[in-house]
Amino acid sequence: MKKLILAVLAVLPMLAVASGPSLHLDKANNDLSDKASLKRGFEAYINNCLACHELKYQRYNRTFADLNISDADGLANYMYTGEKVGDHITNTMPGKEAAKWFGSTPPDLTLEARFRSPDWIYTYLRSFYVDEARPFGVNNKVFKDVGMPHVLQNLQGVRTMDEHGNLSEATGGSMTAEEYDAFARDLTNFLEYTGEPNKLERESMGYWVIGFLFILLFFSYLLKKEYWRDVH
Amino acid sequence: MLNNLMAWIEQRLPLMDAMNKHAAQYPAPKNFNFWYVFGILASVVLVNQLLTGVWLTMNYEPSGEGAFASVEYIMRDVDYGWLLRYMHSTGASAFFIVVYMHMFRGMMYGSYQKPRELLWLFGMLIFLVLMAEAFMGYLLPWGNMSYWGAQVIISIFGAIPVIGDDLTLWIRGDYVISGATLNRFFALHVIALPLVLVVLVFLHILALHEVGSNNPDGTNIKKPKGSVPLEEQSKFTFHEQYTKKYDIVDAIPFHPYYTVKDLVAVVIFLIGFCWVMFFAPEGGGYFMEAPNFEPANGLKTPEHIAPVWYFGPFYTILRIIPDKLLGAVGMFGAIVALFLLPWFDRGTVKSLRFRCTAHTVNLVQFAICFIVLGALGTLPATPLNNMIGIVASFGYFGFFVALWVYSKNEKTKPVPERVTGK
Repeated sequence: MKKLILAVLAVLPMLAVASGPSLHLDKANNDLSDKASLKRGFEAYINNCLACHELKYQRYNRTFADLNISDADGLANYMYTGEKVGDHITNTMPGKEAAKWFGSTPPDLTLEARFRSPDWIYTYLRSFYVDEARPFGVNNKVFKDVGMPHVLQNLQGVRTMDEHGNLSEATGGSMTAEEYDAFARDLTNFLEYTGEPNKLERESMGYWVIGFLFILLFFSYLLKKEYWRDVH
Repeated sequence: MLNNLMAWIEQRLPLMDAMNKHAAQYPAPKNFNFWYVFGILASVVLVNQLLTGVWLTMNYEPSGEGAFASVEYIMRDVDYGWLLRYMHSTGASAFFIVVYMHMFRGMMYGSYQKPRELLWLFGMLIFLVLMAEAFMGYLLPWGNMSYWGAQVIISIFGAIPVIGDDLTLWIRGDYVISGATLNRFFALHVIALPLVLVVLVFLHILALHEVGSNNPDGTNIKKPKGSVPLEEQSKFTFHEQYTKKYDIVDAIPFHPYYTVKDLVAVVIFLIGFCWVMFFAPEGGGYFMEAPNFEPANGLKTPEHIAPVWYFGPFYTILRIIPDKLLGAVGMFGAIVALFLLPWFDRGTVKSLRFRCTAHTVNLVQFAICFIVLGALGTLPATPLNNMIGIVASFGYFGFFVALWVYSKNEKTKPVPERVTGK
């Protein structure tokens, strides 16, 4: 019987051979518990992304609460268009018109980090390059022929791609490469947060629950042992 | 006072008698091993799905416009909604893990053989309804994989000659998967199928208690009345339903002995369950697939449509057969073969411990093929994968054919009269 189980277990690693694009993604190494980074990411999102990309499942006041921002402070500094603090984070861009402007409607990004992955977002934000054949003059290495212009170009500058597919150093931006990477990491961090605002709470609850179960295991084992003394 | 009340009830509805018959005085073989915990675990998961399902239903909105957003509402705005949802989604995968283990236990120890054929059939019906339940439940989050997965599975029915197209239209309630489909799947998922499931589980347990539990040795713990000296009979008290016809050996009452033992198993199971639920609820992309974090979109097909892992084995059999109709026949045939297992096996020895070596080899290759088919179901259909899939499918169906052949005149080892205690 043991042999049978072992034989079955030996085959299980085959399950791990999952499929996926062979595309190389840089590690975002973002930290959800870093509130300052989340705050910077939130700010960057409001200023650079929200005009086109909604976070329509996420509420302003929930975000404020999780990022240690008071409602009054949030209303004054993060909300520009007269919404109420309990509203979802939306914009007023008409979807149909936007589809004409960009080729497709800019997607909602609340769950982007769960749909793609934080590493994908981090790499994507840093992988725009000059491509005159595209309507906005840029293409993206991670998302081929993306409809989005490089809206962070004034921060990062421009990169070009050589014939081997390698991207050059960015030139002409207001940030150094390190500063821009940190900026992209903050944005990624914030989007991972909006993907699942309860993630930290979930994990910290997990330790308690599993700790309790181990104690319960100890006592239920003793109980079993005690009862089974009758069985011969 | 309380005793009087109990007696009053007992005269009108013998509850205590039923409790004794099915728990406190139910004779269970004393040699149950690891493989015997999965029935209880399946009940635990069933209760988990029923309870969390009720609370999820309170906040879910079954409409094409609102379903996806209502799931995110549950994840964010409902108190502990995320916990309920993860309990339910992890529970779906856990259900299939324990049910597959439970079924394999039955195959190893011959628990489907005479006189337990009906018990096996009820179990298979539960498995079938469970697959329908899981399939319909998977549409409800209304993510893009929900949508396209349902699209692929429903189109299988379109392969049936003559009525195929009308049948798919009837199932969907629309020409494409739409809010109409979502609404009917919701009704079936939260009311119709759970009711059927609970009734079937009830019948499964009644049928089990009628014929009695098998054990890893496949011996009979119920001996003809008067054939066993009193000192060799089990010293515990069993319900007269069992003792009036038989002398019981090697048995212990289900309660408290197996309830306390199963409690240990349940806690160990919960540790694994909670580990996934709290630290990896997406199950590495197998329990919750990434494309499902994007709302259903009839114009945008996910790069690689894969059913959830638990349908993998059957999906692969469907996919490797180039003809759509034959593929569907193969897929349903794989399930029908399992239904007919008690009749494929013509042997009289139950446990693989005392059967021929070929049987053990056959079982192991079946298990391997099943797992390989399952793994392939989640991978893209490359030529190599299809080749492996064809080989594994032969292994799957070959199990039943081979069993039918060698079980007729099988060289078996002598089955002991009493359990070996291993």
